[in-house]
Amino acid sequence: MTAASDVILATEGVGKNFGGFQALRDVSVEFRRGKLTAIIGPNGAGKSTYFNVLSGAFPPSTGRILFEGRDLSRARPHSFARAGIAKSFQITNVFPELTAQENVRVAIQAVHRRFELFRHRRAFPELYDEADRLLASVGLGDRRLRRARELAHGEQRSLEVAMALACRPKLLLLDEPTAGMSPEETREMMGLIERLAAERTVILVEHKMKLVMGLCQRLIVLHHGELLAEGTPDDIRANDEVRRVYLGQGAH
Amino acid sequence: MTVLDPPQSTARRWLGHVARHRVAATLGFLVLFPLIVPYEALAANILVLGLYALGFNLLFGYTGLLSFGHAAFLGSGAYGCGIALVHFGVGWFGAILIGTALATLVAAVIGFLAIRTRGIYFAMVTLALSMCVYYAFYQMEPLTGGENGLRGVNLQTIGVFGFQLSFLNPTVKYYVLLAFVGVAIWLFSRLLASPFGAVLEAVRENENRARACGYDVAATKLVAFVISGAFCGLAGALNALHLSIVPIETLHYTTSGQVVMMALLGGMGTFFGPFVGAATFLLLQDVLSVLTQHWQLYVGIVFILFVLFFPRGIWGSLLDRFGPR
Ligand SMILES: Nc1ncnc2c1ncn2[C@@H]1O[C@H](COP(=O)(O)OP(=O)(O)O)[C@@H](O)[C@H]1O
Ligand SMILES: [Mg+2]
Repeated sequence: MTAASDVILATEGVGKNFGGFQALRDVSVEFRRGKLTAIIGPNGAGKSTYFNVLSGAFPPSTGRILFEGRDLSRARPHSFARAGIAKSFQITNVFPELTAQENVRVAIQAVHRRFELFRHRRAFPELYDEADRLLASVGLGDRRLRRARELAHGEQRSLEVAMALACRPKLLLLDEPTAGMSPEETREMMGLIERLAAERTVILVEHKMKLVMGLCQRLIVLHHGELLAEGTPDDIRANDEVRRVYLGQGAH
Repeated sequence: MTVLDPPQSTARRWLGHVARHRVAATLGFLVLFPLIVPYEALAANILVLGLYALGFNLLFGYTGLLSFGHAAFLGSGAYGCGIALVHFGVGWFGAILIGTALATLVAAVIGFLAIRTRGIYFAMVTLALSMCVYYAFYQMEPLTGGENGLRGVNLQTIGVFGFQLSFLNPTVKYYVLLAFVGVAIWLFSRLLASPFGAVLEAVRENENRARACGYDVAATKLVAFVISGAFCGLAGALNALHLSIVPIETLHYTTSGQVVMMALLGGMGTFFGPFVGAATFLLLQDVLSVLTQHWQLYVGIVFILFVLFFPRGIWGSLLDRFGPR
């Protein structure tokens, strides 16, 4: 058992039912504070479904989600962000017609000034400064005045990470942040994630096991919607069942 | 930076100024507008219905919600103002405020029920609820005049800072209405530029992402809906004073359809588009209805051609082609 304060996020018997199809079954996991945890599993294992439950996109059909001891099982999606959980989606999800800077600025604004109706947004230059700083930190400093839809795919993914960081989250959730990236972009993204994880708790969903093995401290393996294994990278590497699942997929 | 910028065409530079000073540009245009329109009553129609389209555009163009029930706000604004004036002897200024307040209240109720739905369901719910409003006013005949409409909204003179102005003089009337529309335009621009305006854009662009950022999307939509209703209610109140009557058709769903057409003709999500759309629609109506009683058919054809070939509307297409990048 870990001490309660070591656990930032926990799920207890979480299940998710899509109109009769059991995409997730009885998943109980405790995520440790300050660690980089990866959720892996073959395609269709239920990783995104689990991710969506963790990030509040939809409520679980059964079970509970506890964030810092607080039950969020029935909380509305925006409450997760306010509680300090930020995410980037598997499918790129930005504000396409807004500039990169405005994308991040709006995300920062969500923390302070949601219903400010009568002042000019330029009256808060500190939000612009912070947006520029965040953009620079993900390598988009010189792209800040481009519309999001004009950015390359990899750049949009980085933009999304910057948006996720905007609310100074206690917990950062990333769903396959390298999906669709070139090897070069993938390397940069993994480097960025490593830097981010040095300062905060990160939960990363990844389909390619090899990518995360050297990076994360803990691994969760899902298969057919169930928790197959949990442990350090060494534990997982040594786990016969995991090896069978991944070899069966032709990936490793 | 300036050295590297490509040479700008005159039109581009000009539209850049217009976009940067959108309130001043719009007001300047509206001040001169009666000079280029055949007669002042038409200019006043365009002014007031332009405000109606502006309010509608807050929801449609800036928040991404298509309502088919905005007649309810134009209508309750008009009736609220007219009833206050005719039955309760309220002064003209108070009557405008009452009309606007009533429309805001109606918008809060309809919005509260409608924002739970999305897309076509949102359009249908707003349509159905606005028809309820239509029948409610239709039935309250002693107060609203039923199918004959509310008559006798006669305003001969109005006192402004101790001056007595003749509201029967069409020029005076136009500029009195413009004073209200002008303030509304200024407020509208402030709202768009505010942090809240940024949230509206975010919701329009990507609801899920807005939610993930921590925005309460439902609450944001409701606030936008209510503000939109308030602007349309003000337009309704001004329309009652302008027409001296509130026809029951004001609340009819065709009036809701008209504002969709105006917004699309002018260019959804553009600041000046609603006035361009209202002007286009009403000028077409004015010209065609003299020539043929089937004018609605021709307006419909023009509308369809625009949707097919200029989906960004007149002003939106101009901005796309010549506007600032
Ligand atoms: N919204 C949904 N409705 C119905 N079935 C779904 C839905 N989302 C996911 N599924 C199903 O749940 C299973 C797990 O999907 P997902 O969580 O996306 O897997 P992964 O991210 O591990 O590839 C898949 O079989 C998928 O078809
Ligand atoms: Mg997935």
